[in-house]
Parts: sequence; structure tokens; C-alpha cells
Amino acid sequence: MSPQRHRLAAGGRIDRSRPLNFTFNGRRFEGYAGDTLASALIANGVTPVARSFKYHRPRGIVGAGAEEPNAIVQLETGARTQPNQRATRVELYDGLTAASVNCWPSVNFDLGAVNNLLKRLLPAGFYYKTFMWPPGFWMRYEYFIRRAAGLGKAPAAPDPDRYDKMHCHADVLVVGGGPSGLAAALAAGRTGARVILADGQNEFGGALLDGGAEIDGGPALDWVAAAVAELEAMAEVRLLPRATVAGYYDHNYLTIVERVTDHLGAAAPANLPRQRLWKVRAGQVVLATGSVERPLVFADNDRPGIMLASAAATYVNRYAAKPGSRAVVFTNNDSAYRVALDLAEAGIEVAAVVDPRPEPEGPLPARTRARGIEVLGGQAVVAAHGGGRVAAVEVMGLDQAGGGVIGESRRVRCDLVCVSGGWNPTVHLFSQSGGRLRYDDALAGFVPDRSAQAERSVGAAAGTFALADCLARGFEAGLEAAAEAGFRRKGRSRRAPKAPAQEEAPLRPFWVVPSTVARGRGTKHFIDLQNDVTVADVALAVREGYRSAEHLKRYTTMGMGTDQGKIGNVTGLAVLSELVDADIPSVGTTTFRPPYTPVGFGLLAGREVGALADPVRKTAIHRWHEDRGAAFEDVGQWKRPWYFPRAGESMHDAVNRECLAVRNSVGVMDASTLGKIDIQGPDALRLLNWVYTNAWDNLKIGRCRYGLMLGEDGMVMDDGVTTRLAEHHYLMTTTTGGAAGVLAWLEMWLQTEWLDLKVHLTSVTEHWATVAVAGPRARELLSALTSDIDLSAKAFPFMSMRAGTVAGVPARVFRISFTGELSFEINVPASYGMAVWNAVMMAGEKYGVTPFGTEAMHILRAEKGYIIVGDETDGTTTPGDVGMDWIVSKKKPDFIGKRSLSRPDTAREGRKQLVGLLTQDPKEVLPEGGQIVAEPEKKPPMKMIGHVTSSYWSASLGRSIALALVYGGHKRHGETVHVPLIGKTVSAVVSEPRFYDPEGVRLRG
Amino acid sequence: MAEAYLRLSALAHLGLEARAVADPGEAGVVLSERPGRGQIDLRGEAEDAGFLGAVEQAIGLALPLEAGTTASGGAATALWLGPNEWLVVTPPDGQGAAAEALRAALKDLWAAVTDVSDSRAVIGLSGRHARDVLMKGCSLDLHPRVFGPGRSAQSAVARALVLLHQTDEAPSYDLYVHRSFAEYLWLWLEDAAAEYGLAVVSGG
Repeated sequence: MSPQRHRLAAGGRIDRSRPLNFTFNGRRFEGYAGDTLASALIANGVTPVARSFKYHRPRGIVGAGAEEPNAIVQLETGARTQPNQRATRVELYDGLTAASVNCWPSVNFDLGAVNNLLKRLLPAGFYYKTFMWPPGFWMRYEYFIRRAAGLGKAPAAPDPDRYDKMHCHADVLVVGGGPSGLAAALAAGRTGARVILADGQNEFGGALLDGGAEIDGGPALDWVAAAVAELEAMAEVRLLPRATVAGYYDHNYLTIVERVTDHLGAAAPANLPRQRLWKVRAGQVVLATGSVERPLVFADNDRPGIMLASAAATYVNRYAAKPGSRAVVFTNNDSAYRVALDLAEAGIEVAAVVDPRPEPEGPLPARTRARGIEVLGGQAVVAAHGGGRVAAVEVMGLDQAGGGVIGESRRVRCDLVCVSGGWNPTVHLFSQSGGRLRYDDALAGFVPDRSAQAERSVGAAAGTFALADCLARGFEAGLEAAAEAGFRRKGRSRRAPKAPAQEEAPLRPFWVVPSTVARGRGTKHFIDLQNDVTVADVALAVREGYRSAEHLKRYTTMGMGTDQGKIGNVTGLAVLSELVDADIPSVGTTTFRPPYTPVGFGLLAGREVGALADPVRKTAIHRWHEDRGAAFEDVGQWKRPWYFPRAGESMHDAVNRECLAVRNSVGVMDASTLGKIDIQGPDALRLLNWVYTNAWDNLKIGRCRYGLMLGEDGMVMDDGVTTRLAEHHYLMTTTTGGAAGVLAWLEMWLQTEWLDLKVHLTSVTEHWATVAVAGPRARELLSALTSDIDLSAKAFPFMSMRAGTVAGVPARVFRISFTGELSFEINVPASYGMAVWNAVMMAGEKYGVTPFGTEAMHILRAEKGYIIVGDETDGTTTPGDVGMDWIVSKKKPDFIGKRSLSRPDTAREGRKQLVGLLTQDPKEVLPEGGQIVAEPEKKPPMKMIGHVTSSYWSASLGRSIALALVYGGHKRHGETVHVPLIGKTVSAVVSEPRFYDPEGVRLRG
Repeated sequence: MAEAYLRLSALAHLGLEARAVADPGEAGVVLSERPGRGQIDLRGEAEDAGFLGAVEQAIGLALPLEAGTTASGGAATALWLGPNEWLVVTPPDGQGAAAEALRAALKDLWAAVTDVSDSRAVIGLSGRHARDVLMKGCSLDLHPRVFGPGRSAQSAVARALVLLHQTDEAPSYDLYVHRSFAEYLWLWLEDAAAEYGLAVVSGG
């Protein structure tokens, strides 16, 4: 392992007593606690760190924060690997492993770099122009392009880490923990308001962490420490470091990505989630998101060693890491002079400060000159030289307008170029919130203008850069926000923190350095480093007619990388405005969208994975089914037993056995999932007459009736049996899947249209467990379990209900049947469900009672021709279509759907109608969904006359049966139709859709 | 009334009694199943003083009339479910007598009394991180300034619909959840509580 050659001996916020080992591109290095991966790479002199996206040019670290476009790494390997991590935001931990993306086979020797030689062939809009021809070939090209594009690799194995979510409400959410944000949080917190302060870095302080500043007469970091301590002591303040506000949505709803244990690596405690997604509803928001420095664009400005001036200062001051040994500072504003002084202080030779402003004056340039650093006013860096790293820059004079270069070129040797083209307020969240931006001429950048939500921007995010102003405005904004949330300044509230005033000269708006050679000839002027978009690309796009910012973005992909163009976007717009000869405000900006920085899918999934992905609803008898090895079927969120295989049985075997048991002896089924709605009130009868197609007036107490429910369109919506329990008291059953929807449907009518109906509805689905006993021996079985219910056919006829005791439990027993056999459905309070089920199994032992599942039930009902809503109907099916005109009252004045049944289309002949299908080969079972044709000899596409809705092997009949919807089916009985399948065509005869006991003798027995 | 031994609570199969500790110690979250409570869904006209008076006479309880509130009286607690709907909770096996008393008192009014005792399981949640656990799955503002003892709400906790009732300042909550969702919710709560330390206590 090599020593940290570029580490300063003293200073910085790293802990030299805690060395950490890490691996980058297979080589082992050492850093310190407090480092980021980027600062540790700089301390070890590692460069280049990446290859660019399109041309595979070597790239170095450019920034020190979320804006980093180049140092994108694949973090860790195996199941924990994460692509697209910015090295500047990866905190170093012991054992960290990372690798460059975009390069193959290695960062120093990259085969893709041939793209750089072919760059004349890779213009803007390259993909649109090249790979769209011939039509349909894109899919083939795409495979190779995606591999070459090197977007990082998705993990192939399940993510072993936990991610969690938290809902939170706040009076004031402060985004950003720099001086403005800390002042705002202090002010708001002191009022007693609920405050959340979220900051993306590992510690609060923002730009103050670079050191040097003074607040309230002492070192700024002392003030930061005191402010954090005060906030920590406030009961209603929540501090979230390592927490990036990723999205700003409507109604002040924001999402925060908290990296809980990312920085601990293998040392992360097992009980904590790796990351937590905070979903915050805030009364007021204070955006103190700071600003991002922007570059000045010159020839080959992407050489490793060229970085933002503020980033160089951060590496030196905060991380005690030297990004170079001989620097040139290139700036159009005063801020980078401070960087030059910091570099010199750290022992880095500063060859020159190059400034396009003709006569840089004021305290900072003066101090720089006094330090013995040459200041080259009215000049610019026109080009960089060097391969794997910058080795020198060329400096030339600028003409007065800044549009051309003059004089002789001077070559300055250096291995570090610190660039500052001014500052772009970080307006991403403001823009996401719907706020309107304004172009500020003095700043030469966009600042928040009109708010769309309860939010205010402060500090650098609002274009306020002087520390004194940031503190004052932040404090004031905190008070304002708290007040608007209902919390007033209290008597003990103290004054705002103060900082000494600083004098800075205005910047000279300046974007692209003119050069002696035409742009795009031999050299490149990069605007968007991550997506390799150059000034020449923008110019080409404009020549080709892409003059709108939004079009330009998509055509050139400028700003469409994972960094969303945090560094280059405004520069790109400035270039566009120059080319179309319009001012920047009229060119406008592109849209910022969430998330601010990339968010992993694991976090968005949270704990909704595996067993917790979705609720599994279980009946009171579920455990018995599980113990018996039932195969389960998902019905909505319910698990229902599908069939109960015995040892060695196939599904087919088990289902046949279950069907035959019900037909020949007795079976038992858990029917608890059917929806049950308790209906009470003097107008209950009127409600039933409204929502069902048939008439309910003469239903006697204790009797049951089947009902069909239609939508307003006259189509079958749900069905079920309703029982009259008392004079004004009914119990409605619904399909399992329709339970919630039917209750909501009825409530909708009662609450919006039929306010005069005196009816109360209560869902009792979950209160009752239902044990259905079906088969010719059902009565015998049940008679052993009840002494107070007369089960005889005379006393307890089909379609009636009796209350009594079953197995010692108070029960309602319904004599209804979905199987076509003699059948009793025993309803008991759910907590007794298992006891009654067990009692039925014991009492039925001598009859060979057979538990059966949904598959057998479906077959048994199909043998009887009973429809299942959703199988035989699909939302375009009327009662007449399924042969149920008999249940549609001709006498009732109205019911839901009645009018639609007389529409010409619903009333016409020849609609798709329910029929039975008997295959010519009785062993052939048609596939459900099979398309039915009349003329099989024709070649596709041929006319389809219907489809198979249900199809089974019927063990009772010893042949296959099917139900189908066929055009004009009711008049086709006896015709032969055909179902073309792959490799064969199956012929079947159309029949009545009733195959077993059509007279219903068995179920009335 | 049927024999009590025939009854199984919604979470009986999880063996919670065997896991129950007498003293939760340092656990940040304490969970229990609270089986057997009587629950009656009561419907009636809140504007009708006759209805309110009849209920009070029958079970000694003045129904809460403000959204999200609860009221206790006699041996029962009523949770506001809607402008004309309440859940009347009684001690175990108290639902029969309460329902009978209510039906008798309300027989001449437009009201409905429905025994739904087995519709919902009740899970007790307490401990110093109880609120944090709920915040993981519930988007309501549960801060003490907004939602305190005696408050109730119907909302989603994770992917289950829950009737939430805060019973004291600790804070302790009763989570009423439809029986078929009870196991899912319990497993979700255990998972969410893991980072704070979990103890199961007897909730009988």
C-alpha cells in the first residue's frame, strides 16, 4: 500500500488517528476517517478516476459535492453493488471497494477511447441519425450501445440490506445545513415549532466546513458546533445529517433520502436500515440549498486536474488533500482569489490567477498580489494541454468585448487548474416545487422569483452570497416560516448571528473562451462533462433547428446524465442564447425533476418486499389448510385452498377425487372469504329492489334469494345470495373479490342519490367464518352436530336459513348451493371457525368427508352451468347474454341498469351469449381463453365468433366440459365450432350450458 | 354462550403467550394481542337527541360526536367511525348484553346494532418508540400536539386498514385490524420494531 503522498501534514476535518483501507480499481489505498472516496483518491494522487461516457476520455475529479459529473463509481461488488455513486458523496469506510464506470478493460487503457479518434463521426443527435436506420434495427444496436455506454451494472442478486421509510410532519422543514439553513433552523426552533433540518453532508456547516470564516467574533465552526448543540437540545427539532432532500411535490410534500449506515460499511449495526426514506409534510419550507460553482469553458477543459475552484479549496481545507502541486486559477469573479490564497497557504504553488476582467481590483486581488501570486487581468485560459493529466495551459489576452483573443499565447506549466465562472444557485427543489425562476444579470444566473408553495429560499440558493447576509436572511426566514406556521418569536429569542462584511468586485459574465482555431476542430470545449456534450454539439444542434432549450437538451443529451447537468446547464443555455442571438432569460431553462440525486430502487421498495410485499389475508381456518398441505390460490389478497393433494397425488388426481366426493358422499369447503353485508332499516327492501334485477317484495323471513347486480351500463357486476333475517334486516353475500367494491357501490348510492332511504350497511365479512358442507350425505353429517335445527327437507327447504347451535356454537345455517348438491353453509363467529371445522371433519369421518378447494368448486359449478362473475362475464356481458333473463324483473318500475338493457345494442340479437361446449374428443380439455371460429379451413386472420370462458375435466361426467361466449350462441345449440390451437384444431359441439342434473333434483333433495 | 375453549383469537397460531414476558425491560416497543373484546357497530342519527339519550341510558355512554374522538362510560368505550357510526367496545363477552340493551333501547328508532366482535383483532402497541413504529407505516400526524390520548382515526398502517386508538400518553395504542389482516399487520409491526428492541407481553 502506498502512503498518502498528497496528504497535508496538518489541518482538515479528517481523523489521522483512524486510518481506513480501501480498494479502487483493484489497488489498495489508505485514507482517514472523515474522508470521502474522492478526497482519499486525491490524497493518494489517483488520476484519472474515470472515463467519459461517449468518448472515453480520461477524467479526474471536478467537484466536491452532489454536482460531481466525472468521478462516478461502481461501489462494492456482488449483491451489494451500487452503480452511479458519486465518489464525492461516498464517505470512506474501512474495506470500501469501488471501481470506475465507463471504462473497459481499465481506466488507464480503454478500448472505447477509439471513440475519441472517431469523434467527428459521433455528432450531436448521433443516435437519432445513425441507429434509426434501417427501421427496426435499433433493438440490435441497442445491446452494444448500452454495453459501451457504461452506465454501471445493476446487481444480479437480491439486495441483502434493509431499507425503511418514515412519515413525518413538520411546521418548518429547513433544507440545507449551511450558515443560512442553520440560522433559519435556530430561529424557527426557538419559537417551539416542529423543525426538521436536513443536510446531505455527514456534518452540518455547509460551506463553512471549508474553514476560514468568522461568525459572532469567533471561528465559524465554533458557531456551527454551538448551533448544532442548541438544536439537538430542542425537543421539537429533528436533525437529519446525511439526508438529501430528493423531491419536492405538491402540498409541501417532500422526500428525504437519509443514508443511515452507508458510511459504516461492514461495521453497520444489523438492527438499523441502510437508508431511510422520509416522507415529510411540511407547513413551511426554507430552502437553504446553497449554490454550485460553474466552470469556464476552454479547449480540452476536461483534462484531469481541471476542477472547480471551490472544490480545490474544499479538498485542501476540509480534507487536507492536495489536488495538485502547481496551480493556475482561472476566474471571472473574486471568490476564487480566496482559493488561490488557501492553496498558497497549504504549500501549493500558484503559478497565476487568470482573470478575464481587465483590471481586477479590490481586497482579494490585492491580497493575492501581496502574497506574490501573479494576477493576469484581461486574460483567459484558452486551452489545456496534457494527456492523462493537465500539464500546462495556454493563456491569451481578451479583446474588450471578450469575443476574441489578442496578443501572443503564453504557456503556463501546471498540474491543477482551478476554474470559477461564477455561481449557480441550487434552485432544483425550488423549481420542482413549481416556483418560477428569474435571470439575475449581476449574478449571471437563475434565482428563485415567484413561489408556488409555502416556501422561501435563502442564502446562496437565493443569490445571497455574503456570509453576513446569509446569516441575517436565514434567521429572518426561520422566524417568518415559524410565524406562518403559527409559532411566534418568544421573548427570549436572540439576535441573528453576525459576520464581518466582505467586499467583492462584480463578476464579468463569461462562458466560453474564444480561441484562434474553430471550435470542434481538433480540440473540444466541454459543457456537460458527464454526457460529453460540447460547444460544437450545441452549435450543430442549433444549425439543425433545435433552438428551444427543451429540444436542445433532448437532441444533445445535455443535462440528461445522472448529475442532471448541475455544473454545465446554465453555461449550455448561455451558449445557446449566443448562437440564436437572444438573451438568456428568453431562451429559458429546462425543467428540473426529482430526484435531486439518484435514489436506489431498494429504498423506494422499503420493507414492502418478500413476505411484507402485500398483505396475505387468511381465514380463521387457514392454519388447518396449511397443516394439510393445501395448495393455495390467490383470490384478491386472500389465500384460498385450491386443492388438498394427498401423498403422491397430482393436482388432477386431487381435484377429481374432491369432485367425486362431493357428488357421491360429502365434501367441506372454507367459504369464509365471500363478502357479507348486514343490511338494516325500514327501507332495506327498497334498496334491494334498486340494486338487484329481480323483485324482493315477497321474500319471507328466513328465506334466501339469488340476486344479480348490474352496473348502470346494464352489465353484470356482482352476484350473490341475500337472506331475510328479520322484518327490516337482511344479509347480503357478494363474490370474494367484489366484497369491498359492492359495499362502496351501495354506500355511494345511499350517500349521494338515495338520501331518503333509511338503511344502514355494515360489513360483516370478517366477523363470520363459513363452513360449507356439500354432498348427498351433508344432512346426515350435520345432524350429528346440531340438535336444535330440524334439518329435514320439509322443515328446512332449499334457499332458507335457520339459526341454532352447531357443535355447541351459535350459528346461522344457510341451505344454499353452488355445487348443485344438497348443501349447508354454517356461519359462526370467526373465532369459532376452526372449532366448527374440526367438528365437521370429525363428524364426517364415517362418510369420508373430503375437504375441497376452489378448483373443485369451480368444476362443480361449471357442471351446473353457474356463472362466475369475471369468468363468464367481463364487463360487457348482460344478464341475457349469460342466459339469465329469468332473473330480470319485467314488472319492477326501475333498478340500476334497467334502462341500459333496452339500448339497441344491449337488446339486439346475436350478441356473445353463454353456451356449453362439448369437444368431439371427450378427453380433450380446451384451454380457457381459446378463440372460437366457424370456418377452421380459412387461414388467419379469420373471423372469431367467441371464446372459451371456463374449461375443465369433469370427473363426474367422465369427459371435458367448457363454457363459452359465442355470437348468437343461444341459437347455435347443436352446431359444431372449432378452436384453432398451435399444431391442431379442436372441434366441439355447442350445447346448453348445463351438464349435470339440469333439473336441480339433487340440490333440493 | 359457547364454551370459551372453542375460541381461537386471530393471532393464536403465532404462540404469542409463550413469547410473552412479564417485564419488557429496555425494549423500545411492546406488542400484545388483546383478544376477546366485544365490538358492536352502532349506527344512528347523531342529530337525534332521542337516539343519543337512548344509547346513554342503555349502556351508560355519551357517544363522541366529533370526528376522530372517543368516549368511555359504563364499561364501554365508543370510537367515532363516521357521522352516524360508532364502534362500541366492551370488555370480553360484554357484547351480548350491550347489544341486547342497545337493541331494546333503539327498537323504535332508525338505528342498527351489529355484533362485529370477531371482525377485528386488537393489537396493543406501546413503549417509548411506539410512535416511531407507527410513523413508518402511517401518514397521519401522530405528534402529541395533534393526536393524543383518547383520539382515534381510521387510516392505513403499512398496507392494512387500521382503526387506531391512542389510549394513554405513554403513548399506548390499540390497533383494530380486520381479522384476516391481523397476521400481516403483526409481522409488519415486529419488523418495524426490530431496530428499537421488541418485547411481547400478554394482552389478555
